Amino acid sequence: MAELITKNITKRFDGKTILDGISIEVHDKELVCLLGVSGAGKTTLFNVISGLLKPEEGSVFLNGKEITGEAGHISYMLQKDLLLPYKTVLDNVALPLIIQGEKKKKARQKAISYFKDFGLEGTEDKYPSQLSGGMRQRTALLRTYLFSESKRGTGIALLDEPFSALDTITKSSIHEWYLDVMEKIHLSTIFITHDIDEAILLSDRIYLLTGKPGQVTDEIIIEEPKPRRKDFNLTEEFLSYKKKIIEKLGTI
Amino acid sequence: MKRKSQNIINKLYSISAIVILLLLWQGLCSFQIVPEFMLPSPMSVGKAFITDFPLLIDHSMTSLMEAFIGLLLGVLIGFITAIFMDHFEILYRILYPLIVLTQTIPTVAIAPLLVLWLGYEMAPKVVLIIIVTFFPIAVGVLNGFRSADSDTINLLRSMGASSFQIFYHVKFPNALGSFFSSLRISVSYSIVGAVIAEWLGGTNGLGVYMTRVRKSFAFDKMFAVIFLISFLSLLLMALVNFVQKKCMPWEQLKKEEE
Repeated sequence: MAELITKNITKRFDGKTILDGISIEVHDKELVCLLGVSGAGKTTLFNVISGLLKPEEGSVFLNGKEITGEAGHISYMLQKDLLLPYKTVLDNVALPLIIQGEKKKKARQKAISYFKDFGLEGTEDKYPSQLSGGMRQRTALLRTYLFSESKRGTGIALLDEPFSALDTITKSSIHEWYLDVMEKIHLSTIFITHDIDEAILLSDRIYLLTGKPGQVTDEIIIEEPKPRRKDFNLTEEFLSYKKKIIEKLGTI
Repeated sequence: MKRKSQNIINKLYSISAIVILLLLWQGLCSFQIVPEFMLPSPMSVGKAFITDFPLLIDHSMTSLMEAFIGLLLGVLIGFITAIFMDHFEILYRILYPLIVLTQTIPTVAIAPLLVLWLGYEMAPKVVLIIIVTFFPIAVGVLNGFRSADSDTINLLRSMGASSFQIFYHVKFPNALGSFFSSLRISVSYSIVGAVIAEWLGGTNGLGVYMTRVRKSFAFDKMFAVIFLISFLSLLLMALVNFVQKKCMPWEQLKKEEE
């Protein structure tokens, strides 16, 4: 069981308020999305939750325990895939386990058992430069997941625009893959996107974030059950969600 | 495949350029356009090389030994300096100008001093080589450390990595490329450094040999030893390239992809 709650997070840089009283939560196995324009402070919020930055006000609670400003609890997939070019795919993926002091051999063994579920079989000994964009994202996601599964991990992951660098065709196939993988593994995630379709398609709940300063202005629950229909994004319901979101983002 | 044949063609060009130069040189000497005592012909240089071969090998061993010890210590000191300067900003600010300053002192000027202080044996040679080799390593490696991607460092921090782990997994591998580039420079400096130090005093070594043949006006031997020194430098650089390829297989892949 995992639950993450932020209460009234406020972050300022040089007297400028970037985040203004953000309170969000993610529950067990939930896929929550932060949707908002660029510059709304979404990445800053992730840096605060992951413990890389300390907020001026507010706190982060993990399963009821305060972890504000403490790194090493929550998996964080940054905007770039950040695969280390000098490590093989397998060693990249096993990195979070090795950092937590596991023996290299054991970490590799553990990592390798997930390659099939993540559709990465056969890439173990390759270097990241040999992978396509989509495969690199999968690798980065597996690494993120393995951290959440590790000793220090807590089953919660932050994904910062995980698919934004991909072209539209790759993106839609990776969406399908992502939903499929999320069914197989136990992971609660918050992910950032500025793509409305992606937000509706993937999430259980959407927080709308507006900028300057960043504030949560709305929360939308996507009722569509999972696993979702392949053509969910072509249905009436999908469009009505989309309409609602556009209106809300527009009127603010 | 295309790449490979292109490579061979490029090599043919450079080999034929060398051959043409040698022929021109031989021509200059054979037709006595330049007198033999000023410029020995390639043939006589070759002969000198063969007659003096055992002697040259003996002297090379001394020089190579000095170069090796000096280079090893220079690399070690350079690496350690870089680690400390990367870790402590204050040391960076204090040491960087000093290190740059050491490079403005001409090697030829400092060598006699070193001989004066440390005698005619191995010590002054090794110290001189350390001085010339550690600078490229320290600066190159330090740049490598400092240019490590800050997002990657953040990623590891978010995993709860210690600063040693960040060093081991990110900064160190990131500096490997610039380390090998610097090492290529340092390797050739080390040989030249050994020779210069030997000029000024010593009983054995290529520099000593060079001074002796110069004093006896044996220019054919002089040329032979010059070529030997370049050859040794090239050989060592090739060795560095080989080790780099073994240590950084991913760089190789990148080139193949392109």
